[in-house]
Amino acid sequence: MSTDVSAPIIDIRGLSLAYERDGRRNVILQALDLAIPRGQFLVIVGESGVGKSTLLRVLIDLAKPSGGTVTLNTDPKSRTPMALVFQDARLLPWRRVLSNVAFGLERIGMPKRERCERAQAMLSLVGLGDLGQRWPHQLSGGQRQRVALARALAVEPEVLLMDEPFSALDSFTREGLQDEVQRIQQKTCKTVLFVTHDIDEAVYLADRVVVLAGAPGRIAADVSIDLPRPRQRRDATLVEAARTLRAELSRRSADL
Amino acid sequence: MTLFRSTALAVVGLIVFLGLWEAAPRFELVNPAFLPPPSTIPAAFLKEIRSGAWLVAVIESLSHYLVGLAVGAGAGIGLGLVSGMFRWFENLTAWIVRLLRPIPGLAWVPFAILWFGVEPRAAIFIIAIGVFWIVFFATQGAVRGVDRDLVEVAQAFGFRSAWSRLTKILLPAATPGMLVGLRTALGQAWMAVVAAEIFGVPGIGQRMMQASSLLSTDIVVVYMLTMAALYGLCDSAFVALQGWLLRWRP
Repeated sequence: MSTDVSAPIIDIRGLSLAYERDGRRNVILQALDLAIPRGQFLVIVGESGVGKSTLLRVLIDLAKPSGGTVTLNTDPKSRTPMALVFQDARLLPWRRVLSNVAFGLERIGMPKRERCERAQAMLSLVGLGDLGQRWPHQLSGGQRQRVALARALAVEPEVLLMDEPFSALDSFTREGLQDEVQRIQQKTCKTVLFVTHDIDEAVYLADRVVVLAGAPGRIAADVSIDLPRPRQRRDATLVEAARTLRAELSRRSADL
Repeated sequence: MTLFRSTALAVVGLIVFLGLWEAAPRFELVNPAFLPPPSTIPAAFLKEIRSGAWLVAVIESLSHYLVGLAVGAGAGIGLGLVSGMFRWFENLTAWIVRLLRPIPGLAWVPFAILWFGVEPRAAIFIIAIGVFWIVFFATQGAVRGVDRDLVEVAQAFGFRSAWSRLTKILLPAATPGMLVGLRTALGQAWMAVVAAEIFGVPGIGQRMMQASSLLSTDIVVVYMLTMAALYGLCDSAFVALQGWLLRWRP
């Protein structure tokens, strides 16, 4: 069975997630429908606690949904259809940088030499080709996040999940990494599911922005950003899109 | 400059200590048979080396020490890992641990002699028991304390079996805590060596008992200093190993 290229690579139907704590039922996500076309750069924005991160955790199987289905239309031969970049880089401190990048490859039985070569290539791709022999604690916050990105890219996922990956960085570093992600996504044509609470970041990066709002989280807006890349940060269309989304978000929170 | 001052002070302190020690038996403040002055120690040391007894005792004791340490630490690490990883195992063993833990290693001497005789194996058994508990609790605590976020990284990259969780994350992440326990055990095991050998298993402890019964207190002091030196050597070697194993830490 070959994969249907026109079908959404991820099809989420009626997804719910709730848990019980101290006899109270907390609903994080309820009846969420979301179809993500192959190759799309989808950014999910929303305030803290609307379940953005939870959605990614469900997709990578770190959290169990309590209802609904997730259909993956990825290559059945691929052993790592998805990879996640965490908000904090979460490098393994006892491994050198290169070995951190190669981490995910150890599971798929790739010979060591090949793992090192692939890791080195990914490290070069994120601009840190010379730092492979460093320890994670010797890197800056921005460099650590680049290594985390390289580690995720190394397993050649079809879908790259990114959970507020730049929120802990200073704005200068953040903009540099946004450009980097944009460049890499264009080069590799990967599907990217990027979660953020920064609307400017969302409109700058996205082909499509989905706004999650409310408790439990629901899709409050779904906006396409048709603008050629590379983009200008001060582009009038982006500024306008950001303004509309802000208005939408504040209207939604006023409704609650 | 401060380094020079502190070193100089340490030297002065040691000289004063040796001076007082030398003076006490020389001026008959204590009976020289009960406390040999330090100036007699080098000669006694040479005599003991020449007779060959020193080397034999040291090799015997070191072999008890290393084997006991390896057995106790191996069992402690193994069971500590399992107990730290699996809550059911911790629950299963909770009361057994509570029952056996307070029993001092030396309280096992009667059984050690019954089971193994006055043999090296009895000494090894006693040393291993003392080491076991320290390493067991250190390992269990270290595994329990591993950052769950790092375990999640492994899961996110598809490492989902208990074995891969252990080898990829728990073991390296718990190494600092385990090494702290091992270093404590290193000292504990030395104490157990003497205690175990005093009951007659050949080694430094037995040699000390023989010497003391002949009132050769200078020989006793020779072995006391030998033990201090051997322990210092082992501890330094361990600290070097620890530094290398933990070279990834800032």
